[in-house]
Amino acid sequence: MPGLTHYLILAAALFALGMFGLLTRRNAVGVLMSIELMFNAVNINFVAFSRFLTPEALTGQIFAVFIITIAAAEAAVGLAIVMLIYRNFRGIEVDKINFMKW
Amino acid sequence: MIIFSILAAVAVFSAVMVITRKSPISSAIYLIVLMCSLAGLFALQGAFFIAALQVIVYAGAIMVLFIFVIMLINLRDNDFGIDKRKIQKYLGFIFAAVILLQAVFITGWAMKEFSNETESAMSSEFYQSPVDSLDQEDYLSAESVAENLFMRFAYPFEVTSILLLAAIIGAFVIARKSDPIDDEGEET
Repeated sequence: MPGLTHYLILAAALFALGMFGLLTRRNAVGVLMSIELMFNAVNINFVAFSRFLTPEALTGQIFAVFIITIAAAEAAVGLAIVMLIYRNFRGIEVDKINFMKW
Repeated sequence: MIIFSILAAVAVFSAVMVITRKSPISSAIYLIVLMCSLAGLFALQGAFFIAALQVIVYAGAIMVLFIFVIMLINLRDNDFGIDKRKIQKYLGFIFAAVILLQAVFITGWAMKEFSNETESAMSSEFYQSPVDSLDQEDYLSAESVAENLFMRFAYPFEVTSILLLAAIIGAFVIARKSDPIDDEGEET
């Protein structure tokens, strides 16, 4: 039977992979995908804590619902920004977008 | 434990694939596989409502949005891979490895403390096998989530609706072709 530790380590691994993708992708869509990966890792943590520490209160599951909602909102706004950047720059490499540097 | 191992292996494998694929579409498909395996993990924990929500919202709505944008802006494969420059790759790897090691060490340390406490304080059947003891609550998962969501967390729930409204309006305003109000705008 997998315990809380297994879930936490799996979530840590997924979060670190998402962090690696976030830091090494040059593409804005890839960056957004990595952020979704990290949201999912956090979700695992919430559900596992709710399962093993407070099995009757379900607070972690409620927080997971809120996180899924916020991830949806973030993806919508982020992809809208990606569309705008593509329209203005003809490409979405994040290291070419430096007009906010100064 | 076997199901957990399989699902976790699928999740980690597809996460590696998500961040290393050169083609954006296959990266998105692996992300869908990851969402579905995580939904299996949630179902394994008895959180059936979260599992359904994971499949419907993440694998259904969000990933469709991603694939739609990838198709719409005609993303080519050679733009999408991992950064070619060595320094960023190594720094990213080191940073991610440090985060992973930190998380694993903190988890191990906290779990040792936690199990020491629970052995002395709590009854053992609570910590040992919560899945077996919850065969009745499993069916009530969605119902009890709804009860909590609309009774105890009704106010955050309503605030979330305002957040979603703001996201809809924001996405619409940002992605619109040109701004009719702004006359001196420099959009092409």
